[in-house]
Amino acid sequence: MQLSLNGQQREFPDGLTVAGLIEHLELTGKRVALERNGDIVPKSQHASTLLAHGDVLEMVVAVGGG
Amino acid sequence: MSDTFQIAGKTYQSRLIVGTGKYKDFTETRAAVDESGAEIVTVAIRRVNIGQDASQPSLLDYLPPSQFTYLPNTAGCYTAEDAVRTLRLARELLDDHRLVKLEVLGDPNTLFPNVRETLKAAETLVKEGFDVMVYTSDDPIIAKELEQIGCCAIMPLASLIGSGMGILNPWNLRLIIEAAKVPVLVDAGVGTASDAAIAMELGCDGILMNTAIAGAQDPVRMARAMKLAVQAGRDAFLAGRVPRKLYSADPSSPVTGMIAASK
Repeated sequence: MQLSLNGQQREFPDGLTVAGLIEHLELTGKRVALERNGDIVPKSQHASTLLAHGDVLEMVVAVGGG
Repeated sequence: MSDTFQIAGKTYQSRLIVGTGKYKDFTETRAAVDESGAEIVTVAIRRVNIGQDASQPSLLDYLPPSQFTYLPNTAGCYTAEDAVRTLRLARELLDDHRLVKLEVLGDPNTLFPNVRETLKAAETLVKEGFDVMVYTSDDPIIAKELEQIGCCAIMPLASLIGSGMGILNPWNLRLIIEAAKVPVLVDAGVGTASDAAIAMELGCDGILMNTAIAGAQDPVRMARAMKLAVQAGRDAFLAGRVPRKLYSADPSSPVTGMIAASK
């Protein structure tokens, strides 16, 4: 399936959950937050939230800033 | 002499809030933050760099959220909607963290705040339970409106973000400070230690700065200078300065008991 992740169209295996996506990106254990089609997916729902073809995802971290 | 201040119900010793951007590396960031004595540090929320080596250290490794109060910002947002979305992500990212810095910009050259969008975003965020420290222009009417919306701190600019131009309108800042019932912090424009001291002497409750420290030749030493300047300015404000005498002097030494004047 195709997902838009941080503005890039990318192919991912079907049936991926949010937790699966984070693992796929080798970001497991990193502090990230995810917005799916405009709504936050809370950490508690990462494992149970299935992603679908065409989802628009924003994944963010904290960086240095003023 | 204890002189603490409160933001959103939490007590802080340091009245200096520092940004974490523009440093050479995380080691320098941490050293400067330590030297500044700041307890609150601002952070930005940005997209994960997909494909980047995930084993790279992150800012949070150097400034653990257990040791500092994070103040996620909305730097770079030009609409209320983007600012609100960014801070919802920040809340999720930092485990239901509520204290945030709202800034909605209006122009990429001046980074002047768009107060219409700022007011709109503030209303939404306060309703959603955020503790909003808000960056705004030095307009006393807007400052009052932001306070009435429920922002927990008003943060007018002293001059443009990153400009180092210092305190350009002390009178407006005083008007805001006199009228405010929540903490007022100068956010943006401080260039050097004397600027920080002037802001505190005006009665500001605190100062937020990033570039003035990170952009100095020796950021760690400047962090120390800013810590001392904020403390000195605060003490001078509390001590109450002497009145200005515009047209006459007032000797400091006794005027009597002088030896005989020579002939």
